[in-house]
Amino acid sequence: MEEKITGSDALWRSLIAEGVDTVFGYPGGQIMPVYDRHCDYAAQVRHILVRHEQGAIHAAQGYARIKGEPGVVLVTSGPGATNVVTGIADAMTDSTPVVVITGQVPCAALGTDAFQEADVIGLTAPISKWNYQIRRPEEIAWAVARAFYIARTGRPGPVVLDFTKDAQTGMTEFKYEPCRFIRSYIPDPKPSEQMIEKAVRLLDAAERPFCVFGQGVTISGAEKELAAFLEKGDIPAGSTLLGLSALPSGFPLYRGMIGMHGNVAPNILTNVCDVLVAVGMRFDDRVTGTVSTYARQAKVIHIDIDKSELGKIIRPEVALRGDAKAVLAQLTERMQPKDRIGWTEAHLRCEAVEKEKVINPEVHPGKGLLKMGEVVDRIAEATEGKAIIVTDVGQNQMMAARYSRFTSPRSFLSSGGLGTMGFGLPAAIGAKVADPARPVCLFVGDGGIQMTLQEFGTIMQDGIGVKMVLLNNNWLGNVRQWQELFFKERYSQTRMLNPDYGMIAAAYGIPARSVDGRAGLKEGIREMLSGDGPFLLDVHVEEEGVVMPMIPPGKGIHEIMLSDNEWFS
Amino acid sequence: MENEIKEYTVIIYTENEIGLLSQISNVFTRRSLSIWSMSAGATAHEGVHNITIVTEGTERKVREAAEQIEKRVDVIKVFFYTDDKIVYRELALYKISTDRFLGCNDIEGLLSRHGARIVEMNRKFTVIQKTGYTEETQALYGELEKFEILQFIRSGRIAVSRAVQEPVFKFLEKREKARKQLNK
Ligand SMILES: Cc1ncc(C[n+]2csc(CCOP(=O)(O)OP(=O)(O)O)c2C)c(N)n1
Repeated sequence: MEEKITGSDALWRSLIAEGVDTVFGYPGGQIMPVYDRHCDYAAQVRHILVRHEQGAIHAAQGYARIKGEPGVVLVTSGPGATNVVTGIADAMTDSTPVVVITGQVPCAALGTDAFQEADVIGLTAPISKWNYQIRRPEEIAWAVARAFYIARTGRPGPVVLDFTKDAQTGMTEFKYEPCRFIRSYIPDPKPSEQMIEKAVRLLDAAERPFCVFGQGVTISGAEKELAAFLEKGDIPAGSTLLGLSALPSGFPLYRGMIGMHGNVAPNILTNVCDVLVAVGMRFDDRVTGTVSTYARQAKVIHIDIDKSELGKIIRPEVALRGDAKAVLAQLTERMQPKDRIGWTEAHLRCEAVEKEKVINPEVHPGKGLLKMGEVVDRIAEATEGKAIIVTDVGQNQMMAARYSRFTSPRSFLSSGGLGTMGFGLPAAIGAKVADPARPVCLFVGDGGIQMTLQEFGTIMQDGIGVKMVLLNNNWLGNVRQWQELFFKERYSQTRMLNPDYGMIAAAYGIPARSVDGRAGLKEGIREMLSGDGPFLLDVHVEEEGVVMPMIPPGKGIHEIMLSDNEWFS
Repeated sequence: MENEIKEYTVIIYTENEIGLLSQISNVFTRRSLSIWSMSAGATAHEGVHNITIVTEGTERKVREAAEQIEKRVDVIKVFFYTDDKIVYRELALYKISTDRFLGCNDIEGLLSRHGARIVEMNRKFTVIQKTGYTEETQALYGELEKFEILQFIRSGRIAVSRAVQEPVFKFLEKREKARKQLNK
């Protein structure tokens, strides 16, 4: 007979068997046995102690999206568990593999409103891909194996293991077997031969095909296949927010970002193409604008691994349920090579207009106060497009998305579907832990940074070298912009009095610099990027900047504002 | 018609996992689809459970809900049908006072006209059972009312599709093959 070990040991050994080398967490009463046993596994699994559980889950999300492997979170019951709920919801909408382990009261106390008991299974069911309460130590290996299999396969997502104290302390034999099959779960669907054939026929006949792609390309590792597909068919393409960096910014057929604050060209092309190929994206309303006028003229080919996304918003002519990498390769192989010169240049006018009316004034204002776009552009220049760009939510996010440049995949990290302020700082920590060799640059607003500012402590303790660029405008800028444009300039609760962020950074031993002019910016960027350690660059930007272009809510994607009084035509 | 609202029977096969029922009903409430009836139980296949829900909505909305439910890891398969594609029944139980009931002169006739039968009779009360459509069990209710109905209960709908074979079992066979393939 095998020797028996505690459930807590079984947990650590299971995690190690899954290849886990980093856990983000925060201890507490109902998870103490697991923490106690960590002392014996610390050499194999690094534990990063955050300052708030929300920080743990966003860090794990950042880690997962850069590494392409599940991030792991370990927290206590009750408040520890409820503090990670936002991150679980965020990971669910953004298809991020995370395994969240929450402590839970002993089985006998379940349902009694015991101290620090929360109904974690009930709370997280609608926002997790799978959850399970472990009540007996014998279930641990099975549950962990299943959790990792579910988190990382198919359309990835968060899973929650609610780990009762009995299971942590009970004794069990231990034998680990990875999960490879669940009969009710099909993570690797393949489209039928007829559907592929139908898609190829549509593509071959297309005169003005256009491609929109999302994070599915990154998740599936289909960057090369996407590029080959576009090249063979001479098909221009636009990216969703989360698809950014799947193609290098300089890729000749890349037309920029689609959606509300995307580039003019890809939005316009979407509404004039004859065949629209959507790859690994889900037609979020920030992408489609008014659905009833979205790509009405086009026949849509939709490739996604998640059946429930096919036809959910846009009814496709051909739905290809499968992995982007495999499906793109199949289509590329079978379709005819094409030269679509006239069509692939349809963007030129859009680009010229956007450049003149929006980009140049934002990136090269030359005089006046610093602009957000200008700061992002200078950092892209200084890092030669090689940094991992992380954003928070708001104007800083849109500006970072618009003006960053990318040269390799998995270089952009942002909370897309949920738009969670406070995501950026901890996600940047996770990204840096996942890939310490690359520079990680965070763009964050003065609102968002204060939502997870406590993670300065984590940066300090673990010496995590994230470069934080605070785009400081003394407003909740994104909301202020909407108030300016759609609420008659009634600025309700968006003005913020800010602390001295340099002093806060100093308190944590993080070098910082505050800049408000062009000379200072240049010098500040140089200083920030000169070492490997963390740095806070507090950039005072124009207070009332607006992100343009903008497709206002309720409008179609061809109705694009270039400024508050000018529309694209 | 795309926007036509119809009655649908959603038949869900699941692994026996606690918590699934609430997850499933959540999918309906989130899309403001009302659940008119629900019944749940074990199937003849070990470990496979069945949940049958009657709802009303557009085909698109019901399909969306079905797909969201099927997406849950422990849900095996979901089907949805309009009434013409299934054979379905509900079960109703009526409890009435035995004295009053025996006072009626055509009990036999009444019960046989409705295809109902007595499942228990004692000195205090009599329980009558009837299966059928809602309108039918309701019609019997109307007739029994004169005997003073002490309790009445109607089950959720259960249904079988008009397809010859139960498609979920074909699916499970296929999956079993896939499992064997993998373990080879
Ligand atoms: C947790 C959370 N609360 C509220 C919002 C709504 N919201 C979106 S953007 C924004 C303003 C962000 O301001 P700031 O962080 O200063 O960034 P800026 O837009 O100025 O770049 C707000 C309040 C949100 N997205 N997330």
